[in-house]
Amino acid sequence: MQRNHNHTTIVTIEKVIDETPTVRTLVFSDDVMSNVLPGQFAMVWIPGVNELPMSVMITREPGKAAFTVRKHGPASTGLFNIKEGQQIGIRGPYGNSFDLKEGKLLLVGGGTGLVPMMRLLSFVKPTDDVTVLIGAKSKDEVFFEEFANSMLENNSHKVLVSTDDGSYGEKGFVTDLVEKLVNESHFDGVYVCGPEIMMYKTVQSAHSRNMFVQASLERMMKCGVGICGSCCVGEDLVCRDGTVFDGEHLSSNKEFGHFYRNKAGILEKY
Amino acid sequence: MNQLLYSKPSSLFKVETSLATSIGQIQLDRPVMLASGILGISLDVFNRLYRSGAGAVVTKSLSTEPWEGYPNPTIFGVKGGGWINAVGLSNPGAPNFAKMIEPNQDVPIVVSLVGSIPEDFEFMIKQFENCKVTAYELNLSCPHVAKVGLEVGDDPELVRKIVTTSKNSTDVPIIAKVGLGTTHYLNTVGTAIDSGIDAITAINTVRAMAIDVETQRPILSNKFGGLSGTPIKPIALRCVYEISSKYDIPIIGCGGVSTWEDAVEFFLAGASAIQLGSAVGDNWINVFGEINNGILEYMKRKNYSSIKEMVGLAKKS
Ligand SMILES: Cc1cc2nc3c(=O)[nH]c(=O)nc-3n(C[C@H](O)[C@H](O)[C@H](O)COP(=O)(O)OP(=O)(O)OC[C@H]3O[C@@H](n4cnc5c(N)ncnc54)[C@H](O)[C@@H]3O)c2cc1C
Ligand SMILES: Cc1cc2nc3c(=O)[nH]c(=O)nc-3n(C[C@H](O)[C@H](O)[C@H](O)COP(=O)(O)O)c2cc1C
Ligand code: FES
Repeated sequence: MQRNHNHTTIVTIEKVIDETPTVRTLVFSDDVMSNVLPGQFAMVWIPGVNELPMSVMITREPGKAAFTVRKHGPASTGLFNIKEGQQIGIRGPYGNSFDLKEGKLLLVGGGTGLVPMMRLLSFVKPTDDVTVLIGAKSKDEVFFEEFANSMLENNSHKVLVSTDDGSYGEKGFVTDLVEKLVNESHFDGVYVCGPEIMMYKTVQSAHSRNMFVQASLERMMKCGVGICGSCCVGEDLVCRDGTVFDGEHLSSNKEFGHFYRNKAGILEKY
Repeated sequence: MNQLLYSKPSSLFKVETSLATSIGQIQLDRPVMLASGILGISLDVFNRLYRSGAGAVVTKSLSTEPWEGYPNPTIFGVKGGGWINAVGLSNPGAPNFAKMIEPNQDVPIVVSLVGSIPEDFEFMIKQFENCKVTAYELNLSCPHVAKVGLEVGDDPELVRKIVTTSKNSTDVPIIAKVGLGTTHYLNTVGTAIDSGIDAITAINTVRAMAIDVETQRPILSNKFGGLSGTPIKPIALRCVYEISSKYDIPIIGCGGVSTWEDAVEFFLAGASAIQLGSAVGDNWINVFGEINNGILEYMKRKNYSSIKEMVGLAKKS
């Protein structure tokens, strides 16, 4: 019987990789998840704890996929603490994916927002000229820099890091770097995932210069399939209409970059 | 009497086929409504659903104060189709919600309310005084939250007091949403009618659960949830047929509608409108337009000019 993507499938964690003191990658075997499009996500069940939306991370091995999780509240800490050999449930993949452009590309990832960017990297063409920007709070929290470099070894490319405290790479917000780069040259495609304010600024920088830009949004998610309504941003449902939206569309959304909804659905300011 | 002459006026002269329907005092341009609890927390989304063909939208069931609901997993896709959910009535609370929908002029909004005592309903209805509300729907049937929903629906004395108090608090029509509890739902319907209710929505989700065989635990954080979607359609249809056979009250059919044929089945069983929720998860927002078109074509083929002509036809034998 074909797998029903809304039904929970149980997978066993085969490998746990510490990326930073607060970020881990959990690797498992699953053909469906190993082949998802960049930007798609899964609903991940941590038995006895909670269920969370997670972007699907790539691995270098066929048939394998991963999640890269930052420990935060109870749910993500539960996932962070899963050991090799333990089981989790997954459903999906859900959501749309990034539109791949060719030529000069700019990928901007903040924190675990790098996950969909890594999958996007596995789709770039050898002829693309790729710049990856990694934003982190401090040197301790930088991850995937080497991975990005090795993914792009056959491309003309740059991987740049900025840290808020200047302990590594450029000092400052990654959005300052974005502003500088889009001012200097034209990109055929700009892609961003990370904290919403960072996405908002990146979209503004690129869209105001008529560059094609897409962001992968994050909202409170319960169902992941467009039933519960908890993930709405204006008229859009992130789980079903997104998570990836065009800069053109986002610039007319009143809530993007300004408001989010809490667990009871009340609109709050960022 | 010549059947041909009298039973089908539309075959004698051209009558415009219309999807408009009335549920007692409630008038809708289209008979397919969004069920409570689905996509219901933003006015912008309501606008979008209305543009997509929903005849009205029912809000999430609102409580007097904001509720976060249960932790995830709150929803589970059943292998053969359908969903089990225990969202736990998460909602921003009636006062916040009323503020959000105050600007609304265009969308027919049915406000769904949940509470444990008559005063809860009185308080909540007051919040909507400055809003354009098409009707209130009293949720007497949520199967997975204690002290409200089914626990209220199962208590005839409480149903009587809540309906009476709500009726006394507003002139806007009031609907009672019933489901399968320990009290026979037909008795709950009877009590609600005696207390002055304007219409009935039948049914809510049916109490259910799912267990994962690998980890050997219930999947939903709340263990039990409500089953919705195509698996419950035959049950919901039976309930609508039973209510319309026993009582003379406008009915809204709800449970497992995903195609125009399902909707027409409910009309034939005695419903004047239908609500759907799970089908949005399966077929997304286009489902409203698709079902409207299907009903319209069926009506033209069968020479009906209004939904009303179809209501209850399956009982003619
Ligand atoms: C599409 C998508 C992809 C994501 N990908 C990743 C990823 O690859 N790595 C990663 O570390 N994190 C990712 N997240 C964020 C992650 O799902 C959690 O929200 C975040 O880890 C905070 O969890 P918590 O422990 O604080 O949640 P808790 O406060 O314990 O609450 C858990 C519950 O609240 C919901 N929730 C709380 N905050 C959010 C939020 N900001 N967004 C969505 N749901 C929320 C969850 O659905 C969950 O049921 C993603 C979120 C989305 C929407
Ligand atoms: C996720 C979800 C949340 C729901 N929340 C509510 C609610 O708040 N109030 C209510 O009266 N019914 C609620 N219901 C029940 C639906 O309104 C409807 O009665 C039921 O799902 C059957 O219709 P369907 O098969 O078309 O989904 C909910 C259903 C689902 C799936
Ligand atoms: S998460 Fe439920 S509608 Fe998007």
